[in-house]
Amino acid sequence: MGHDAGMLPQGILAAIRFGLGPRPDQPVPADAVAWLKAQIRDPALPPPLPEGWERTPTAADGLAMLRQDQMNRAQPDYQTLVPAFYRLEAAALMQGSLTTAMPFRERLVLFWSNHLSVSVREGSVRALAGDYVRTAIRPHVTGRFEDMLVAAIRHPAMLYYLNQASSVGPNSPLGQRQRRGLNENLAREVLELHTLSPVSGYTQADVTEFARLLTGLRVETANEPLGSRFWPTAHEPGAKTILGQRFEEGPEQIDAALRWLARHEATHRHLALKLARHFVADAPPPAVIDRLFAVLWNSGGDLAAAAEALVDLPEAWDRPLAKLRTPQDFVLASMRILGAAPELAPMAVSGVASLNQAVWLAPAPIGWPDSAEGWLHPEGMIRRMELAYSLAGRFSRLNPNELVPIALGPLARQETIRAIKGAGSVRDGLTLLLASPEFQRR
Amino acid sequence: MSKTSLHLPRLGRRGLLLGLSAMAVAGQARLALAQPAATPQEARLVVVLLRGALDGLAAVQAYGDADFAALRGPLALPEPGNEEGLLDLGGFFGLHPTLAQVHEMYRANQALIVHAAAGSYRTRSHFDAQDMLESGASERLSSGWLNRALEAIPDRPGADARTGLAVGLDMPLLLRGKVPVGMYASPRGGRPDPDLYARFADLAHDDPLLGPAVMEGLRARGFAADRLDDGLRKAGGFPSLCGIAGRLLADPAGPRVAALETGGWDTHSSQMSRLNYPLRQLDEGLGSLKAQLGSAWQHTAVLVMTEFGRTVRANGNQGTDHGTGGVAFLLGGAIAGGRVAADWPGLGAGKLLEDRDLQPTVDLREIAKGLLRDHLRLPATALEAAFPDSREVVPKGGLLAT
Repeated sequence: MGHDAGMLPQGILAAIRFGLGPRPDQPVPADAVAWLKAQIRDPALPPPLPEGWERTPTAADGLAMLRQDQMNRAQPDYQTLVPAFYRLEAAALMQGSLTTAMPFRERLVLFWSNHLSVSVREGSVRALAGDYVRTAIRPHVTGRFEDMLVAAIRHPAMLYYLNQASSVGPNSPLGQRQRRGLNENLAREVLELHTLSPVSGYTQADVTEFARLLTGLRVETANEPLGSRFWPTAHEPGAKTILGQRFEEGPEQIDAALRWLARHEATHRHLALKLARHFVADAPPPAVIDRLFAVLWNSGGDLAAAAEALVDLPEAWDRPLAKLRTPQDFVLASMRILGAAPELAPMAVSGVASLNQAVWLAPAPIGWPDSAEGWLHPEGMIRRMELAYSLAGRFSRLNPNELVPIALGPLARQETIRAIKGAGSVRDGLTLLLASPEFQRR
Repeated sequence: MSKTSLHLPRLGRRGLLLGLSAMAVAGQARLALAQPAATPQEARLVVVLLRGALDGLAAVQAYGDADFAALRGPLALPEPGNEEGLLDLGGFFGLHPTLAQVHEMYRANQALIVHAAAGSYRTRSHFDAQDMLESGASERLSSGWLNRALEAIPDRPGADARTGLAVGLDMPLLLRGKVPVGMYASPRGGRPDPDLYARFADLAHDDPLLGPAVMEGLRARGFAADRLDDGLRKAGGFPSLCGIAGRLLADPAGPRVAALETGGWDTHSSQMSRLNYPLRQLDEGLGSLKAQLGSAWQHTAVLVMTEFGRTVRANGNQGTDHGTGGVAFLLGGAIAGGRVAADWPGLGAGKLLEDRDLQPTVDLREIAKGLLRDHLRLPATALEAAFPDSREVVPKGGLLAT
């Protein structure tokens, strides 16, 4: 094992700040920077399949399950498919994070999934969220932001979640016939949360115009192939003008607008801020944001370049433990340091739920908070300790004293080391390690 | 090194502070504290945040407005007296039929409905609007107006609990700030020994960020464990959290100011059916709050508010999009209720804001400031601290029954 009390702080920092927390069976190599960059440059590893699946489920599979549940829900003995499938998908996502040997890349997957958040608070998303992360987010975390944005916005999970699937151009043939109209939810959130952010100064008129442009993006649920589809009969006719930029009618223009928004300066500033907040500090220094912005801007929104730039930021290394772990980070880091086997992924699923950050259940389209104040509250802190206790109960053969240097290296305080040594049982010792203030941070 | 010599004196000192020593010795038995003298401050204030933007015109429908039916189309419910119709509020407005307990309060003159209300901001972003509603300012602050108001409330001798209480799994921005507040959420599953809590408290104690949160959490647990029977603690959901809030607020040594939140209001589609559940939860919760407060309901004011209203017309999906003017509710024995307070802007041609939203005619800060001044009896300086740069926003009088 490459770990001992003398482990380089850089290895620890790489594992907790950029990765998802150290695992005893995955020692960080001596050159931590090279290890991180390799995760960006090397091909991605395939994510785990949901249990019982021999091939990767697709959005069409999810839509078929939704349809089947819908058709049969009146049958007395019918077992619905979607709730069980959602549990399997959530476990598969957590399993990937628990066991991956590319934890930096996996953190980026979680980060971008949260930036373009979908939530099962819209019920159909349960059947689609797994595919959403696999096909709209994962392939693009080292690609171009505009490709990720187009894939995410066109995905059935997003079309359902933000009501685009039911928005109709009021002057389209369908709108005229059914007297239906716009739903501006997705248009607003794309401008506000996914791309420009309100500081860019768009207006209600821009939101409405963009909503008019997005009409026609719908989900085919009846005829094969199931999935996202453009319905010309629901598309609002005529040109639309968004922030002074004119877009003609038609599906290509939807992509053109999304790409235009993705490449907008305000979008790159917004993304730079969010990346800096996630990897440097809740209130990152403006110089850091400027540097990340410059990388995004000069590369045309290349997310691999941005990820490498993060690794090259001295500020990401010179303030250890600046970030409070979110509940999801805390659960993943706890289970990783305990060396949890892939089969324990369902424990991670229930663990994050007990700390109010259930998988794909963000309460609003803005996604989960990414700052201490979003999570630091009295009851939450006590619950983390109680969850640590319940996890620790599953790992009574480990030696907590030996895990301290792997988990925290030189960041462990003497007080914590002493408390763990003085614990009355392995379970108590592990609980104190996981509940210690150092372990609550990354 | 012996763990006891290191450990026990600290548990003694801090444990006493936290009520932990009682937990350690007697489990969940009642804390052995002297019964506090009755406090002069009987007033209770509860703020309920409806996150996601309640459609005010769905909850309280202006059926008496000549333009209402045409503009609302399928979203308009039958007038009072008809089957599944609105509950009458005096001839012009009608209450959504799911809000039966609120209607009871209205008939008992304990519900005041404020219509065409909005915050001071004009954004249609949920997140910005909620931040500003809770900050009490035209920008997001790091503390909430209710917490800043608490700064002006002196410590009550003999109180076991903090004056402020957040109920639920999140600490809303509304209650974040300098003044420590308690927090309560229903517990789950097997618990560690009290001793392990104490060791954990010791480890976290000196941490500037986590220390205060951990200490506050343990303190709140100690108080709540003492006051709640298991039946009440085990249930989840908004109505049961309201019941818990009521029970804790009813205690003479308990909190005085509480905040709760409930969601499900962002009805962009199928609004008619989607609103029923959150409205029913809200109604049940308010009823349960009243029931658990018992005689303290007489001294209680509840403010129910949301970040903005929704579009007057239905969108393309029988839903409504983000709007401006909406509704707020004031409830409680302390409220001069039984009426709808609205400087009604009308819905006809040219009267809607940007030809889509209910034009707001009252600023929610007027209402909140009125409650702080007349109910909690806070001085003008405290109102100014709660709502900075709002001197021109005059606290609304006449909200309280006197």
